[in-house]
Amino acid sequence: MIADKYAEEIEGILARFPHKKSAVLPLMHLAQREYGYMSEDAMREVAGILDLDPTHVLSLAGFYSLFHEEPTGKYVLEICNDLACALRGADEFVEMVCRKLDIPLGGTTEDGLFTVKGVMCLGACDRAPMLQYNLKFAEHLDEEKFDNLIAYLREEAASGEEPPSVVEKIAAYAKK
Amino acid sequence: MAHILLRHRDVENIHKLDVYRANGGYEGLKKALTEMTPAEVIDVVRASGLRGRGGAGFPTGIKWGFIPKDAEEVYILINTDESETGTFKDRELSEKNPHQVIEGAIIAAYAVGAKRIYNYFRGEFMDAGYAMEEAVQECYANGLLGENILGTDFSCDFVCHYGAGAYICGEETALIKSLEGERGQPWSKPPFPAIEGLYSKPTVVNNTETMANVPQILVNGAEWYTSMGTEKSTGPKIVCMSGHVENPGNYEVIMGTTYRELIEMAGGMRDGKAFKALLPSGGSGPVITADALDAPLTYEGLDAHNSVMGSASVIVMDETTDMVWAAQKMIHFFHHESCGKCTPCREGTFWMEKVLHRLMNGQGTEKDIETLNSVAAQMKGRTLCALGEFAINPVLSTIRLFPEEYKAKVKNSQSEDWEKALATQ
Repeated sequence: MIADKYAEEIEGILARFPHKKSAVLPLMHLAQREYGYMSEDAMREVAGILDLDPTHVLSLAGFYSLFHEEPTGKYVLEICNDLACALRGADEFVEMVCRKLDIPLGGTTEDGLFTVKGVMCLGACDRAPMLQYNLKFAEHLDEEKFDNLIAYLREEAASGEEPPSVVEKIAAYAKK
Repeated sequence: MAHILLRHRDVENIHKLDVYRANGGYEGLKKALTEMTPAEVIDVVRASGLRGRGGAGFPTGIKWGFIPKDAEEVYILINTDESETGTFKDRELSEKNPHQVIEGAIIAAYAVGAKRIYNYFRGEFMDAGYAMEEAVQECYANGLLGENILGTDFSCDFVCHYGAGAYICGEETALIKSLEGERGQPWSKPPFPAIEGLYSKPTVVNNTETMANVPQILVNGAEWYTSMGTEKSTGPKIVCMSGHVENPGNYEVIMGTTYRELIEMAGGMRDGKAFKALLPSGGSGPVITADALDAPLTYEGLDAHNSVMGSASVIVMDETTDMVWAAQKMIHFFHHESCGKCTPCREGTFWMEKVLHRLMNGQGTEKDIETLNSVAAQMKGRTLCALGEFAINPVLSTIRLFPEEYKAKVKNSQSEDWEKALATQ
């Protein structure tokens, strides 16, 4: 339950707005961090904290592209293949990534570690090819750097130790 | 020349409060709070000619002046939703020079009587937001935010907020809806945010880069600012150079710099290839070709070439670029990002993408170009917000400037594949 795990953070987030409905996106980010995707339970929980109808949270999960409505791999690799990145090889980069991980775009690796998505502009067009993994930027990529990133993430996953995500770091700032 | 906006490139560690202050930081705020009335602050910003840097170019001082003087609850919103294809300037400002944005926003808050500032970051910019959160904390700890700022009667809070992936939230009314906890869908103005904005209260929405311009206008005065640029386009501008240039990145220039000079600043064309076209305003503005390269980067500079400066996100394309492919990439973006609220945009972007997709896949027909023009005509002037208006620009401008490339696609479609495609329809 995020209400227990992040009680102080949630209290702080709610204090930032005169109307608590405004806290829905920050709470959804926390819920997704906790459950990996916007499961029905996660949506009901956020709705419960904010006295919203769960269908409202569902409508936001569908509208905003950062929320996953289905379970994903542990790391979601979101590769920008918009025009500016594509002019610098993003389409070929996407193909290479899919080939290496042996999954189609949108797919998840068998070990459940990686999901690959093609996404719209991420504000790093000068550093293409690039991707975000769990909201972190990886830029100026090529095959070698991608291999290194995957090796690093596999190691991180195997160690069982995970650095706090930026979602948690930001939520911590909201603590009173 | 020293940077005015990208000051972190000249001053190391300017993201830290003590370094920022040692280099003139928060002097603009001090001057505003201790020597000027709110009306005087608005006057100097108006006189500076500063216009919105998010793309629309609305005069900032005039926007501030729209806020009713007797309003009890007023909000400042900083628009760091930066999601336009080819745009990455607000991210750099937020990460590397956050205090200048914060200072500009506090000055704006003082000018319009706002007690709370929300900075709306796109969800993908949490790293940049985190950098700004740290700067905000420093401000609270040093009497620059919170109660009685700099020992005066003025109090103001600053909250960083994060979206969750939606280009449309860069549109000011959609941003407000998103911050209220709704889907980010624009409303038809009026009411304008200055009268009924966040929580139906008077609200100013300014782009991040716009805010970063404000502090030095206060310190150095309007005349200093108008001495840079042209009559209608004053001051510095950050230009995001991307695509087929040698050194893509942000470049801070004075308004009036030509597009040719910008390409040179970015190291020229990549691999010595020939220039073909550029998108001056990310995906939102019409494409321009070599004949427009000597036009100045100003709000009015591309009028004669049927295009716009917009946010100055310049996507450069060389001779190898297939312009129908480029148009398809852009319409895919707008279709994906259309919020779905109004029919012309939702349906128009859907059908334009479908038609461009079949042109690219060797299944185009003679009528496709006509269809694209017709769909665009049905969108123009009929959408709730500018997204639908922008979406048609890359398509119509490439049809106008590169008709032979579209015709070639149709011609190449007259193949077995094309006949097969028709037969299976």
